[in-house]
Amino acid sequence: MPGLEDLYREIVLDHYRSPRNRGELPVPPSHRAEGFNPLCGDEIVVYVQVDGDTITDVKIGGQGCSISQSSASMMSAAIKGKTIHEARALTRAFKSMMSIHETALEGDDPEMAAANLAVKLGDLEALRGVARVPVRIKCATLSWNTLAQGLDEAEAEA
Amino acid sequence: MTLDVSAIKKDFPLLERDFNGKPLVYLDSAATSQKPRAVIDAMSDYYENYNANTHRGVFGIAEQATNAMEGAREKVRSFINAPSINEIIFTRNATESINLVAHSWGRANLRAGDVVVLTELEHHSNIVPWQQIREERGIELRYIPVTDSGHLDLDDLAATVDGAKLVSISAMSNVLGTVTPVRHIADIAHAAGALVCVDACQFVPHLPCDVIALGADFVAFSAHKMCGPTGVGVLWGHEALLDAMPAFLGGGGMIRDVTLQGFKPAELPWKFEAGTPAIAEIIGLGAAVDYLSAIGMPAVRQHEVELAAYTLRTLKGRFGDGIKIYGPSEASERGAVFSFGFGDLHPHDISQVLDEHGVCVRAGHHCAKPLMRKLGIGATARASLYLYNDESDVDALADALAAAADFFGL
Repeated sequence: MPGLEDLYREIVLDHYRSPRNRGELPVPPSHRAEGFNPLCGDEIVVYVQVDGDTITDVKIGGQGCSISQSSASMMSAAIKGKTIHEARALTRAFKSMMSIHETALEGDDPEMAAANLAVKLGDLEALRGVARVPVRIKCATLSWNTLAQGLDEAEAEA
Repeated sequence: MTLDVSAIKKDFPLLERDFNGKPLVYLDSAATSQKPRAVIDAMSDYYENYNANTHRGVFGIAEQATNAMEGAREKVRSFINAPSINEIIFTRNATESINLVAHSWGRANLRAGDVVVLTELEHHSNIVPWQQIREERGIELRYIPVTDSGHLDLDDLAATVDGAKLVSISAMSNVLGTVTPVRHIADIAHAAGALVCVDACQFVPHLPCDVIALGADFVAFSAHKMCGPTGVGVLWGHEALLDAMPAFLGGGGMIRDVTLQGFKPAELPWKFEAGTPAIAEIIGLGAAVDYLSAIGMPAVRQHEVELAAYTLRTLKGRFGDGIKIYGPSEASERGAVFSFGFGDLHPHDISQVLDEHGVCVRAGHHCAKPLMRKLGIGATARASLYLYNDESDVDALADALAAAADFFGL
């Protein structure tokens, strides 16, 4: 059982108290995706504005716990200005950090693991403690799964 | 204190364990109660000494198992003052009991346009089965509203139940703690010609229950919330009603005769008990009834009213407007289950910090999403107390909440 300080790092609490990129974007031209955690009723809305291959703007709506809110906030800061390809690589790296136990069980694909290691998680590293509290992993990955839907939609339309 | 809680705590092996080096403060009894040694022992005794299927074998231990199971039925009958053991149907849980009413009585009696009345504070288990019947039969569902204070709004009750075939209501809310006026509602429902089904899942474990005095036609509850094991629940119904209803699940045990052309159902109560029952669990339920009866349900209720008053006083006294407790503010009108909001903290974060302090509370919608929508919230934290909790547990909750406020900088 990790201590509270390990789960709620200062940077996590900072993003929770002062979430970045809160708001909405006009749809269209932006894409809107909704994520839902039926277990706790958390809701995330992700707006992505894609020009060519680049995510030029991101906004986050919805409500949820500190972990889901700070993960969404950090995600928005990390993917803004990145290409769709980079955002997807970051998503893979983040979800791999969250599911560290499962990948160890399944036998990690060495090539994929190397690719994930090459992606710099930066502030998102602060959420590493969540991986050790299984019931909260879904909170942390909610915004990322929602982003993936939004990007799928953007690419399907492009 | 009405009860000797320190002695009662010793009856529950799990309450003696430590968690992270701190004593475990279990405040999730509305989800499931802890089990006293007597219940655990009764189930082990069956498995170790007379494990056999019931109503089958003629050998000694089979008869012993049958007697133990039917003995538990009589204990349950007496506990809820039912007129006959034929009226005590063992199910898996209260959810299955309500489904039995919906699918057996409902399918036999409800036609397109018929009305079933529920309330806005119901658990999903007393909403979804009726929505399933609505999809199948085209019945109309009406809901008795909930007021801001967490009570049922009965101003338009006569109009709401007018023309209804059934009124199905919770006797105590698992979210708000509200003890509903079942008898009053039942009298008005009966005057309108409706039957009354009562979800007593949170009621039977905590208050003296007399199904006749309650004015009910059906009563559903689960063993695991009343010191018994998971996997067994009870449906009580008036014998004449149960007799007239078609069987629910088909299979072994529920038949009098089967030919290739058809079947004749067994007598009550076995007509509704298809397949091998949860024998050990039913015996465990009997032991739980014995345990609660020895303490006395009036004493349990009095203890919980005192504890509810202490909880309301303590939490309001320490946190003032920083805590929002849902449901009735009068202890006498509620059970000791408290859904609350704390500052702007998410219930998940509250329960995470409380867990660190060994305090177990639930976070979520408590299987009552329509009520959550009515309250305008997504989720609450919920502390629910039972006969083995006392003021020290409430103090531990308050201390842990203070630590959460400190940690998140409220």
